[in-house]
Amino acid sequence: MLEIKDVYKTFNPGTINEKMALRGVELKLNDGDFCTVIGGNGAGKSTMLNSIAGTWPVDNGMILIDGQDVSGLPEHKRASLLGRVFQDPRMGTVADMGIDENLAIAARRGKRRGLAWGVTNAEREKYRELLKQFDLGLENRMTAKVGLLSGGQRQAVTLLMATIKKPKVLLLDEHTAALDPKTAAKVLELSDKIISENNLTALMVTHNMNDAITHGNRLIMMNDGKIILDISGEEKKKLTVATLLAKFKEVSGSSLANDRMLLDS
Amino acid sequence: MNSILEYFSSLNPMTFLSQLPGNIAQGIIWGLMALGLFITFRLLNFADLTVDGSFATGGAVTAIMIINGSPAWLAALVAVVAGILAGLVTGFLHTGLGIPDILSGILTQIALYSINLNIMGKANLPVSYRNYDLILSASNIKMAILIGLIFAAVIIGLMYWFFGTEMGSTIRSTGSNPDMSKAQGININVAKVIALALSNGVVALSGCLFAQYQGFADINMGRGAIVIGLAAVIIGMVIGDAIFRKKSNFIIKLIFVVIGGILYYIAMGIVLWLKMPTDDTKLFTAVIVALFLAVPNLKEMSKNSFKKAAKRNVKNVKMEAKKTDA
Ligand SMILES: Nc1ncnc2c1ncn2[C@@H]1O[C@H](COP(=O)(O)OP(=O)(O)O)[C@@H](O)[C@H]1O
Ligand SMILES: [Mg+2]
Repeated sequence: MLEIKDVYKTFNPGTINEKMALRGVELKLNDGDFCTVIGGNGAGKSTMLNSIAGTWPVDNGMILIDGQDVSGLPEHKRASLLGRVFQDPRMGTVADMGIDENLAIAARRGKRRGLAWGVTNAEREKYRELLKQFDLGLENRMTAKVGLLSGGQRQAVTLLMATIKKPKVLLLDEHTAALDPKTAAKVLELSDKIISENNLTALMVTHNMNDAITHGNRLIMMNDGKIILDISGEEKKKLTVATLLAKFKEVSGSSLANDRMLLDS
Repeated sequence: MNSILEYFSSLNPMTFLSQLPGNIAQGIIWGLMALGLFITFRLLNFADLTVDGSFATGGAVTAIMIINGSPAWLAALVAVVAGILAGLVTGFLHTGLGIPDILSGILTQIALYSINLNIMGKANLPVSYRNYDLILSASNIKMAILIGLIFAAVIIGLMYWFFGTEMGSTIRSTGSNPDMSKAQGININVAKVIALALSNGVVALSGCLFAQYQGFADINMGRGAIVIGLAAVIIGMVIGDAIFRKKSNFIIKLIFVVIGGILYYIAMGIVLWLKMPTDDTKLFTAVIVALFLAVPNLKEMSKNSFKKAAKRNVKNVKMEAKKTDA
């Protein structure tokens, strides 16, 4: 379970570049909620995910994971509770380490790392089986350097890394935005599969309204550092892009001026 | 004209050959130093200038301990510990106080200059093989080469093992993707400090052996060590990659770092044999390192240059013109 209570974050306070990116965010995700996040550029979607992950401390408010307040923990100490996939496929993996080594690093999230082997043969077998399900041929390239893989393959590996040790919350930040449409669809399908099979609690930022509507059981919309819409259950199932746009106008008082969002939907 | 002939006839190939073993021995010892540098420079992606100081610290500790009656192996052990401490200081300056990597190293290096003087009591301390039992010395070069190779093999083996462990993996991942490492629960500050400590431990061991080899420790023995170490690492990498291409693996890379050290000293031997003034050897080193560092970039630039694009278009336009003429 994830709870965000009254979280504020201002970047570069006291300077000419001061930017209040989060203004009192409130959110409560139940176990197994798969929540999509939409909103215009600069709405604060990534900032919300970063504050959950602990990229920096928040200025105000609490972040509770399974009832435990993590807002005082640095990023690496929260990591065992979280799984993350970033927009840039290069961000989530180490290019000059093998697929097996990358997965092994992720599998040890939250464990003390000592002088045991970084990756064992038994593990490799396990990873091979997991990768087989992806149907990308990666199971035969276990020791290949991740830097040699395509963006989609790298994102698939990152997705497996993020979930190989079941996280309390999975954070996906536009993780298909840098991929071509076909690959993006494939990675999205994989995400769906992993989330439902493991009954994960997940937040998925996307700029594609259709994806936001068709995936997950819940949808939130952010604007100007706040969550302005929270739709779930039957209402979410009936949602269309048109109603979503209308709702946005109703709540925010302006139309959604985001070409990218409109074009992609 | 005459003087040129005289110059060439004065170059005796035998002198070069007779000096070759000495160059190889020194190259191996500096190859060890380069192995230490490999940890920070290549794996951690951290330009650590501590090494100029910690190399001399290794020599200083060794000399003073041996002179005071300690066995050479114990002196070597303490030298390694001293190097580790130096690395810890740089690590603290960087991770604890947020000082940029290069500056952290320079600060420790400067501080070590005074510390090394204090350790030795003066700027130069002789430790001759005539008076003490040493691990190796220039008096028996064949033996020095053999012992140097044993040390190199052991360090390479240890590094191969360590960087395959869970802890070693955190250093490699921190070096190439710190954001991902944090997201995977790695304390990247700890990883950096461990790498700096180990690196300077190896560098100090190299300084320890070098002081014994040359028969004295000197306050300036580490001056420019970073550049010599880099020369070895880069020469080794370029040549290793050229020979093994994609088949190169971690252990081959490590071996080639030591080979890089040897090749560097052979090149130095050639320079001296050609009777270039010894004062200019540092200049020569800097030029070599600059060249080898530039190779990958120059290759990339030649593939990907504006000039080329311009030339190509000029050519195409001319061809078109010819076609329409015909
Ligand atoms: N590290 C940072 N430093 C300064 N400003 C930032 C930083 N991260 C985000 N911002 C600003 O905060 C606002 C929200 O950004 P972000 O959360 O990335 O938006 P998005 O909803 O598009 O993901 C933007 O105005 C952005 O410029
Ligand atoms: Mg964003």
